[in-house]
Amino acid sequence: MPQGRERITIVGASLAGYWAAETLRRDGFEGAISLIGDEAHEPYDRPPLSKKYLAGDVERDRVDLGNAEKLAALDLDLRLGQRATGLDVAARTLEVDRVAEPFDGLIIATGARCRTLPGTDGVAGVHTLRTVDDADAVRTAMDAGARRMVVVGAGFIGAEVASTAVGRGLAVTMVEALEAPFGRVLGVEMGAVLADVHRSHGVDLRTGVGVDEVLTGPDGGVGTRVVGVRLADGSEVACDLLVAGIGVIPNVDWLEGSGLEVADGVVCDETCLAAPGVVAAGDVARWTNARYGESMRVEHWDNAVQQGVHAARRLLQSDEEAQPFTPVPWFWSDQYDRKVQLAGRTHPDAEVRVVTGSVDEHRFVTYYGLGGRFLGALGMNRPRHVMQSKGLLEQDASWDEALAFAADWD
Amino acid sequence: MRVVVDYDLCESNAICMQIAPDVFEVRDDDFLYVLDENPGDDRRAAMEESVQRCPKQAISLED
Repeated sequence: MPQGRERITIVGASLAGYWAAETLRRDGFEGAISLIGDEAHEPYDRPPLSKKYLAGDVERDRVDLGNAEKLAALDLDLRLGQRATGLDVAARTLEVDRVAEPFDGLIIATGARCRTLPGTDGVAGVHTLRTVDDADAVRTAMDAGARRMVVVGAGFIGAEVASTAVGRGLAVTMVEALEAPFGRVLGVEMGAVLADVHRSHGVDLRTGVGVDEVLTGPDGGVGTRVVGVRLADGSEVACDLLVAGIGVIPNVDWLEGSGLEVADGVVCDETCLAAPGVVAAGDVARWTNARYGESMRVEHWDNAVQQGVHAARRLLQSDEEAQPFTPVPWFWSDQYDRKVQLAGRTHPDAEVRVVTGSVDEHRFVTYYGLGGRFLGALGMNRPRHVMQSKGLLEQDASWDEALAFAADWD
Repeated sequence: MRVVVDYDLCESNAICMQIAPDVFEVRDDDFLYVLDENPGDDRRAAMEESVQRCPKQAISLED
């Protein structure tokens, strides 16, 4: 193999790590592959956790990545329930649960963890949602008869949880500290459209107001349980279940002193290489996307798949063979009966134009453009058109070219 | 190589259509149609990428 690698270690057994392992085998790597994950579960897929799995529409086996047969065929040294605790790039050693071991090639895919509300550790009924254990806890609480949910943060995880909870008959209040819900990702105007979708389904959406305090009461004599929240405007909202969707923190703590550059993620070059023989992929990876000439860290599902594949290949390639990783970001979100998809990016100063469909009917495509450049396409229940637009974005189409293309749709 | 779509899982995200428009098409009715169920071996890489990147894991390949 290139550079004589005999053993490749993948830290992180979620989406990026799984597809990295699969790619190594697919591309003919015959050496040993260790896949190390700190969760007790075999690799699984996270998107259903806030949607169908949380709703109770699918069971655990439908959330697995691959299946037992496929996993066995990869011939992995699969080490679950183990955590990487340190790295020394110069010495080529990885530390797992405080025990050092040598590595030959390393793929860092440790993902991210949820931010939590201060002071809510151990308070029953307060949750974040990222792992299958998190989803089980929220699902169990709903099964047990939770009636009122507060979702803190109008982002996409919170929005999907709210949508699922409404579907299960809970009364939902969503609290967002910023004035513009979903504005950071979709822009103010389109964020308001998505807010309208939630309100039309009965969500009490409060924006421009933060949570001052999580209110608690006794939990059957032991510990405390959430009973509501007090907002910055002094109002109180009662609840028996609270889910915080207030962003994530990349899991880089274990890399302190490793010799790698860490800056809100593992810093990589354009090819996903962090150091000789060390690559990173998924939510934890910060790399220079040459398409935009910018350092980026992307938390989307599709990015984890693609970057896992790319980083694995990078490890098998020489420096001369290496290719830059230049995706157009893309994500989807299912909320109620709406499918929201964004290809590319938005910008606070972008021109926003509805190019087909009807915003009022919540079925449309919106284009974002800035300085003559086509930046992004947002669709609600228009997957075909979003994907065609994604192709244009990959070709670096101009704003005028994009508008001309979309003009043929209606 | 045979392309199999589990329509109980498919939710027409259309990522496959972007990867291989000669094989997959999401039409205006928002449903996915497989245009070529037996693509040639020269399409294998595109088919494998479609399997990987389907958000619903709805596509599989049979040899």
